[in-house]
Amino acid sequence: MKRFCGAVLTITAAALIAASCGPTTTQAKHEVKPLASRKKAPEFQLKDADGKVVKLSDYKGKIVLLNFWATWCGPCKIEIPWFIDFETKYRDQGFAVIGVAMDDDGWEVVRPYIRDKNVNYRTLLGDETVAQSYGGVDSLPTSFVLDREGRIASVHVGLVSKSEYQNDIEKLLEQAPRAGDAGGNRPIVARAD
Amino acid sequence: MLAAIAQSSPAQTEALTVPPPAKIAAKRGETATVVLPVKVRPGYHVNSNTPLEEYLIPMRLTWDAKPVEEYSVVFPKPAMEKYAFSEKPLSVFTHDFSIETHLKVPASATPGLIMALGKFRYQACTDKLCLPPKTVEIRLPIEIR
Repeated sequence: MKRFCGAVLTITAAALIAASCGPTTTQAKHEVKPLASRKKAPEFQLKDADGKVVKLSDYKGKIVLLNFWATWCGPCKIEIPWFIDFETKYRDQGFAVIGVAMDDDGWEVVRPYIRDKNVNYRTLLGDETVAQSYGGVDSLPTSFVLDREGRIASVHVGLVSKSEYQNDIEKLLEQAPRAGDAGGNRPIVARAD
Repeated sequence: MLAAIAQSSPAQTEALTVPPPAKIAAKRGETATVVLPVKVRPGYHVNSNTPLEEYLIPMRLTWDAKPVEEYSVVFPKPAMEKYAFSEKPLSVFTHDFSIETHLKVPASATPGLIMALGKFRYQACTDKLCLPPKTVEIRLPIEIR
């Protein structure tokens, strides 16, 4: 019974996240969600490769590409160089990529993999609790693009094109330039669409 | 983490399904042969038992030491398929296939019904996404004579 209830909760959580995050398939036409329909991304605490505890809220004020992946996932491998590019290109505008590795074998396999790929963004080791809070993350890669207020602006399940991510990031950068950038030293407030 | 253990029962949401095997009969000290049919959901592929890339998770079938004395597993010949995410062709199964397994019943076994417990581990993907590795429990009833 407990297992059944767990399964129901899992399915319900997945349905809620799917409903709140908009299109979740690779086939669906993809757009950044209007501000009014964005939901808060679930908070988490995970460790990075140095054992440091990282919270999502540490990134408040930044646009974040939160990528769930695993070393055994071929399509995930394609995206990593794109994310390295994004980190380099947009970091100074208040953007960050966070990779959440879902490998059961942990850092033993993840650490050499990210070293080999010269990953320049922070990688955290995921767990089932975080995956469930994001709707189960049953397929990899799954990525969430968060606005500066930590709200989910778009979701990508499966391999999509680099330009789709880039469009999301640039639209969010355009909506809310970092304080001190072009618009002057003003508070970080996302404009309504 | 994402890995899961499930009992073998057909489910349309799975990339692979292994129907529960029917009861077999075997004499004490003999080796029984069992063929396990595996259905692959269209559009999915699953790594073979000998994937060519180190990062890929191989297919495995193992049996608990008791009540089986020893066993062997014969996988079919995999296909070599090229995917957008791989530089080289991968060793995979893309269609339904069967796994042959041989299980030796101990000579000292007591006649009657026993249950051999196997674990079938696999990891499946489409050309766009991957599902987490999964371990399915196989329960094989053996009537020992």
